[in-house]
Amino acid sequence: MSQETVKRDRPWLMRTYSGHSSAKASNELYRMNLSKGQTGLSVAFDLPTQTGYDSDHPLARGEVGKVGVPIDHIGDMEALFEAIPLDQMNTSMTINATAPWLLALYVAVAEKQGADPAVLQGTTQNDVLKEYLSRGTYIFPPGPSVRLTTDLITYTVDNIPKWNPTNICSYHLQEAGATPTQELAYALSTAIAILDAVRDSGQVPAERFAAVVGRISFFVNAGIRFVEETCKMRAFGRMWEQLAAERYGVTEEKQRRFRYGVQVNSLGLTESQPENNVQRIVLEMLAVTLSKNARARAIQLPAWNEALGLPRPWDQQWALRMQQVLALETDLLEYGDLLDGSPVVEAKVQELIAGAEQEMARIAEQGGMVQAIESGYVKRELVKSHTRRMRDIESGALQIVGVNCYTQTAESPLTGGADSGIMKVDVQAEHDQIAALQAFRAGRDQGAVEAALAELRRAAVEGDNIMPASIACARVGVTTGEWSEVLREVFGEYRAPTGIDIAMAGQADSPALEAVRERVRATGEELGRPLRLLIGKPGLDGHSNGAEQIAVKGRDAGFEIVYEGIRLTPGQIARAAQEEGVHLIGLSVLSGSHMELVADIRDQLAAIGAQDLPLVIGGIIPEDDAAQLRAQGVQAVFTPKDVDMNAIMDQMVTIIRQHNGLEPLA
Amino acid sequence: MERAALGDKAAELAVAVARGERPALARALNLLDDRRPAARQLATDLLARLQSGDFQRDSHLIGMTGPPGAGKSTLSAALIRVWRQRGLGVGVLAVDPSSPLTGGALLGDRLRMQTSDTDEGVFVRSLACRGEFGGLSAEVWPMSLVMLAACDVVMIETVGVGQREIDVSRMADTTCFVAQPGSGDSVQFLKAGILEVPHVLVVNKEDMGAVARRTLAELGNALGRSHRDGNWQVPVLSTSAANGTGIEALADTLAQHHAILLRDGQLDTRRRSYQAHWIIKRLQQEFGTHGIARLGGENTLAARLVAEHQSLLDQYQAFRQCLLNPTYPEGGNTDHAQS
Repeated sequence: MSQETVKRDRPWLMRTYSGHSSAKASNELYRMNLSKGQTGLSVAFDLPTQTGYDSDHPLARGEVGKVGVPIDHIGDMEALFEAIPLDQMNTSMTINATAPWLLALYVAVAEKQGADPAVLQGTTQNDVLKEYLSRGTYIFPPGPSVRLTTDLITYTVDNIPKWNPTNICSYHLQEAGATPTQELAYALSTAIAILDAVRDSGQVPAERFAAVVGRISFFVNAGIRFVEETCKMRAFGRMWEQLAAERYGVTEEKQRRFRYGVQVNSLGLTESQPENNVQRIVLEMLAVTLSKNARARAIQLPAWNEALGLPRPWDQQWALRMQQVLALETDLLEYGDLLDGSPVVEAKVQELIAGAEQEMARIAEQGGMVQAIESGYVKRELVKSHTRRMRDIESGALQIVGVNCYTQTAESPLTGGADSGIMKVDVQAEHDQIAALQAFRAGRDQGAVEAALAELRRAAVEGDNIMPASIACARVGVTTGEWSEVLREVFGEYRAPTGIDIAMAGQADSPALEAVRERVRATGEELGRPLRLLIGKPGLDGHSNGAEQIAVKGRDAGFEIVYEGIRLTPGQIARAAQEEGVHLIGLSVLSGSHMELVADIRDQLAAIGAQDLPLVIGGIIPEDDAAQLRAQGVQAVFTPKDVDMNAIMDQMVTIIRQHNGLEPLA
Repeated sequence: MERAALGDKAAELAVAVARGERPALARALNLLDDRRPAARQLATDLLARLQSGDFQRDSHLIGMTGPPGAGKSTLSAALIRVWRQRGLGVGVLAVDPSSPLTGGALLGDRLRMQTSDTDEGVFVRSLACRGEFGGLSAEVWPMSLVMLAACDVVMIETVGVGQREIDVSRMADTTCFVAQPGSGDSVQFLKAGILEVPHVLVVNKEDMGAVARRTLAELGNALGRSHRDGNWQVPVLSTSAANGTGIEALADTLAQHHAILLRDGQLDTRRRSYQAHWIIKRLQQEFGTHGIARLGGENTLAARLVAEHQSLLDQYQAFRQCLLNPTYPEGGNTDHAQS
C-alpha cells in the first residue's frame, strides 16, 4: 500500500517543557523549538513566579530563572512571546497558585499584539490541590485556592471558550509515589471537588454547566510499566465519561470525552547510566499513544539527562525527535484502536476501575478531596506508596537496570564533555532580571498600579471573579509579587501536612536496617542521648519526596527526626537546628539553588553560634558543585544515584561519630 | 572532672540561661537529656543553681493537652503570638505523640512553623515519648524547669487523653484542656474521671458554629459548680484559632490563674509536691515498690521531699544513692545523707 492512499490520524500536539534564565533567552529557545517542528509551547516558570514572589524578594535569591523563566510583569510576558502570534499558538502554562495572574498577563499581551482574547488556545494547569500533595507551589489555604481555580474556569468558559482552564494532574501524584489506582482515584476526586465548587459558586447557569465539564482536561503521567499504564488511560476515559454523565448529567458525548496531555515519568529516570533513560522515555510514550481510544492530545517528553541537571537545547531536541519518529515514521497512526477486544487488557482495566472506585468512596466518606488533603490522609497514603517503592528498589524486588542490577558500565561519551552533559544557567541572569525589574517599577504609572491593586483587593474580599481585576492589574504594570501579596493579605498562607507520620505494617526489617539501627542506638548511648537529625527543605522548591523518604527511613533507623515541611528560610533551618539540639543537619534541594542556599545556611548558623553543626545535602547536584560543597565543609553530598538509604543512614552515623571524636564502630 | 570545676561550669551555664541566651538554653536542654554520668552530675548542679534563690522568677508553666484534631497546635501558636505581643518570652516543649517501636521518632511539624521565624523571643524544643508507657518522658519536667529560668511563659504541649494528660497535670502550674467540638469524648472522660479536671477548659473551633456551642454547653454542665481548685472556679472558654477570636481572653484567664497561685502562695507548694511526685515516680521505676517502701513508703517520702527545700535532681540523686547502698536500713527512718 502506498503512503499517500493511507489515511493517517493527525498527530498529537508536540511540546517540550522549557524556559530558563530570562524571558528573552526563553523566547529564543521557543522560536528555535518551533522551527524544529514543535507544534505547541509548554512554558516552565521559575519558582518565584510560581509561588508569587518578585525576582528581588529575599526568598527568590538563587532561584531566579533556575527551573523556568522569571515573569515579573507584562514586560517579561511580552518579551517571552515576541514574534510568536498568540492567536495562532497553543500554549500550555504549568502554573497553579498564580494561574489567574499568568493568564491575565497572557490576555494582556494578546491584546497588545492586537489579537482577540476570545480566540486564544492553550492550557493553564491551575490545579492547586495536587500542589499540597506533591511539588508544593501552593500559597493560600485550600478554600481560597479552590475559589481562585473556579474563578479562572468560569471566566474562560465565558470569555476564552477554547481555553483549557484547568489540567487536573495525576502526573505529580505518580511522581509522589501514587500507584495507578491512586492516580485514578485522586485525580478524579480532585475533578469532582473542583466541578462541585464551580457548580456551587453560582457563577455558571445550569444550562451552561455541561460546557464547563467539557473544558476540564487532565495532565497524566506514564511510567515504565507501559501495559498497565495503557490500561490506566483506558480506565480514566471510562470513569470520566461515566462521572460526567451520572454526576453532572452531561449528555453530549464530546463533552464527556477524557482529554489529556502527558509528560512521561521523571521519577524513574536514573542518574546512573543515564543513556538508558532514552528507551525508558520511548516505552513510556507508547503507553499513552498505543490505544487510539485513549490516546493523549498533547505530549511532552523529558530529556534523557534530567536526573543529572538542566537539559541543553540538544537534549530537548532529542526528546522532540522521539515523538516525531513515532508519529511520522511508524505506522501507528494508520490503525484504529489496537487493544479493543483484548480480554487481557479488559480485565486489567476492570481491576483498576474497581480499585479506584473503592479509594474514591473512601475520599467521599471523608467529605471529599479537600477534606482528605487537609486531614493529611491523602499525603500519608502517597508517602506509604513511595516508601514501598523505595524499599523494593533497596531490596532488589524492583529491578532498575544500571541502578540495582547490571551496574557495571563502560565510560559514557555523553557525559564526558566540558559541560558534563548538562546546561549551566547563566549566573548573571538573576542579577540582570532584578535590575530590569527595578527599572520597570520606576517607569510605570504608580497611581494606576495602586488603583488596580485596590480593585483587586476589593474583588478578592467581596467574592467577585478575580480575573477582570487581575487583567486590569496586568495592563498597568502590577508585578507578580504585588498581585500575590494582596491575595496573601486577604486569604492568608497555608502549610500542608507532611504525611510522614505513617506506620508501615507487615514488612520485616532487613538485616541492613537492623545493623544501622544498632549503630544509631550505640552511638546515641555513647553521646548520652538519642541521635537527632534535622531534615531541612530550604528555598522555594517543593519537591519533597527525598526529604520525606529520608525522614521516614531515619525514624525507622532509630533517629529522632525533626522535619517541618517545605519552603523554609535558611534562618528558620538554622534556628530549628539549634533549638532542637540536633546532631546533624540534612538538607534537600532539587531546584539547582544548592550553592546559594548552603552558603546562606552556613552564614545563619554562624550568626547564632551554631557553626560547628555538621551538614549533609541531597538533591540533583552536579559533580562539580558537589566537589565545591565538600571543599566548603559539607560532610556529604547525596544524589539520585544513592538509592541505598540504609547506606545513607550509615554514613550519617559515621559523620556524627567523627564529628564528636568517637572511635569508628567495629 | 572535679566537683568544683563542674560547679563553675554549671554556674556559668545557669547565668547564661537566666539571661535568656539561646545557645545556652539549647546546651542546657541537651545536657538534661544526656544520660552519661558526668553530664548527670553537671545537670544536677545546673538545676540546683537554677532552683536556688538567685534565679527564681515568677514564670508560668502551662500544660496544653487534648485529643488530636482539637486544633491544639494552631491554638498554641495563636496564644504564643498574644504572649509575644505582650512582651513575654515564650518557651515550648512539644511532646510528640508517636510511640516508636524502633527508638526513632518524627518530631517538629506541629508548632514552630506557625509562629514567626525571626522572633528571638520564642524557643521550641520537641521531645519524643521514648516509650514511657504512654506517659511523658522523664526529661520533660527538668527541661521545663530550665526553660522557666529563661522564659516568662513555658508551655508543655502534648496530644492525647490518658497517661500523658495526667502526667502534664502533675507538672504544670496551670493545665489547659482543649476539647474537640462535636465529639462527646471529652464530656464522657470528664464524667468518668478519666480526664483529670484541668484548670481551664477550651472549646476551640468556635467557627464551627452550633457544634462547638453544643460541646461548650455540655462541658459546662459536666463540670458543674463543684469543680473548684482552691479559690479557682474552672472556666470553660470558647476560641477560634482560625479567626483569632477568644485568644486574648484565654491568655487573660491563664494569667489570672497564675496570679491567684502566686497571691495565695500556692505556686511554690504546688511545684514542690509535683517535684516529690516526679522523684517518687522515677525511683519507683528504677527500684520498684519495694524501693519506695525502704524509703518509708510513698506518703512519708512525699512529705519529706516537700519539706526539704532542695533542688530536683539533688533530691533524686540523694535518694537514689541511698537505695543503691545495700546496707541502707529498711523502713528508711534514718536521715539520708547528702552524699
